[in-house]
Amino acid sequence: MDELARAFGLALGLLVSGDRELYGIVALSLEVSLAATLIACLLGMPAGMALALFRFPGRRMLVVATSALMGLPPVVVGLFVYLLLSRAGPLGALGLLYTPAAMVIAQTVLVTPIVTALTRELGESLLAEYGDFLAAMGRRGLRAIPTLLHEGRHALVTVALAGFGRAIAEVGAVMMVGGNIRHVTRVMTTAIALETGKGEIALALALGLVLLTVALAVNALAHLTRLREAELAHARA
Amino acid sequence: MPVPELRLLTGGETPLLVAEGLTVRIGDHPVLEGLDFTLPPSGLTVLLGPNGAGKSVLLRTLQGLLAPVAGRLCWRDGDPPRRALVFQRPVALRRRVRAQLAFALSCAGIPRRARPARIAELLELCDLAPLARRPARRLSGGEQQRLAIATALALDPGFLMLDEPTASLDPAATLAVERLLARIRRRGIPLLLVTHDVHQARRLADRVLFLHRGRLREEAPATRFFTAPASPQARAYLEGRLLP
Repeated sequence: MDELARAFGLALGLLVSGDRELYGIVALSLEVSLAATLIACLLGMPAGMALALFRFPGRRMLVVATSALMGLPPVVVGLFVYLLLSRAGPLGALGLLYTPAAMVIAQTVLVTPIVTALTRELGESLLAEYGDFLAAMGRRGLRAIPTLLHEGRHALVTVALAGFGRAIAEVGAVMMVGGNIRHVTRVMTTAIALETGKGEIALALALGLVLLTVALAVNALAHLTRLREAELAHARA
Repeated sequence: MPVPELRLLTGGETPLLVAEGLTVRIGDHPVLEGLDFTLPPSGLTVLLGPNGAGKSVLLRTLQGLLAPVAGRLCWRDGDPPRRALVFQRPVALRRRVRAQLAFALSCAGIPRRARPARIAELLELCDLAPLARRPARRLSGGEQQRLAIATALALDPGFLMLDEPTASLDPAATLAVERLLARIRRRGIPLLLVTHDVHQARRLADRVLFLHRGRLREEAPATRFFTAPASPQARAYLEGRLLP
């Protein structure tokens, strides 16, 4: 018990003192996960809306696939991206393995299906509400997508936060393609795993507290966004 | 396709639309079968009929949201005029009243600098000026329906269709919508109003189309329709008897 209390004390000390290594790890984690979430949103949101809007051969299979890929095991994604980026792989010449870019790619692969599937669901509910109206206003097909994205903007923030939550908490994929190299590719989750293994509980705890704070902040933001959305969306009820 | 010359209305005015043999199916189910009717170039035509008669499907077809499987629509000028449709459940976007009208004006291709004046005009016409900054979805049912009509008018339609716009409104809100329709009618925009409220039809209609089970049972000027309906279905409907 004393040991745990001492570790907590050390962790708080690291946080308060502005320990460079600790904050470097936090900054890299945020950078990688924010970049991955941004790319996933740029790819997944229009794709999800397009899946909601258009009927084409193979659509049902794509819908099932994106939903199934929401639960992709991170280590499998890590292995897949590792094989792509390793020297013998098709993208080996780019020299991205064990760089933050590789970690961004791995997290993007993990997060994009989540963003796509959630956006499709949102798009279908928006279409049920606005589809005929938009068609009557001359906004059909691709021309409807910007309006639907705008009308779903609050819910889309929640979608993005769900993606970010998945990215920031993930450990297996970034460990495999980033290598957990100190000052280069070490992020919060990989550092916690490493430091715990080494018995350096204080640093692991401090990182754990930051990670927990980030997770709580993301959830609080998502909750606030849902409240705002409910305020605007269900004002008629 | 232009209006056939033989189908001129009484008084010699060219109809806005002549429909010939209009047939619409949803899936394998025929919803409208062989409809022949004309729409005048002005005034308010009421589309009357019981539930399931095909009234809303006819509006959606005239708006171009559904395609007929047979028959033809002959518009006065060949091409259909700019049409607008107000839905039974008013559409309120997740934005403020002004912003919804600005969106509708952008759909109509109105340049950004011309929009504020047009928005002010629409707000004034529809008695929405005090609500301009309110979120559209926070308005009452009647206010939302007037906003939906303003949104449709933003398209500067040459033909306005309304699908039971007062179906879920109280008498005061219904009166406000009816007054608005009277103002729009005075502006010379031809209106097609779906209702199954006979009293409302009596108050507003210049002309009546009566639909029953996907077929047009009667097409007549309002005074004749309400005093001497020709079809047994229309007579039964006006007398409040249940139609099979």
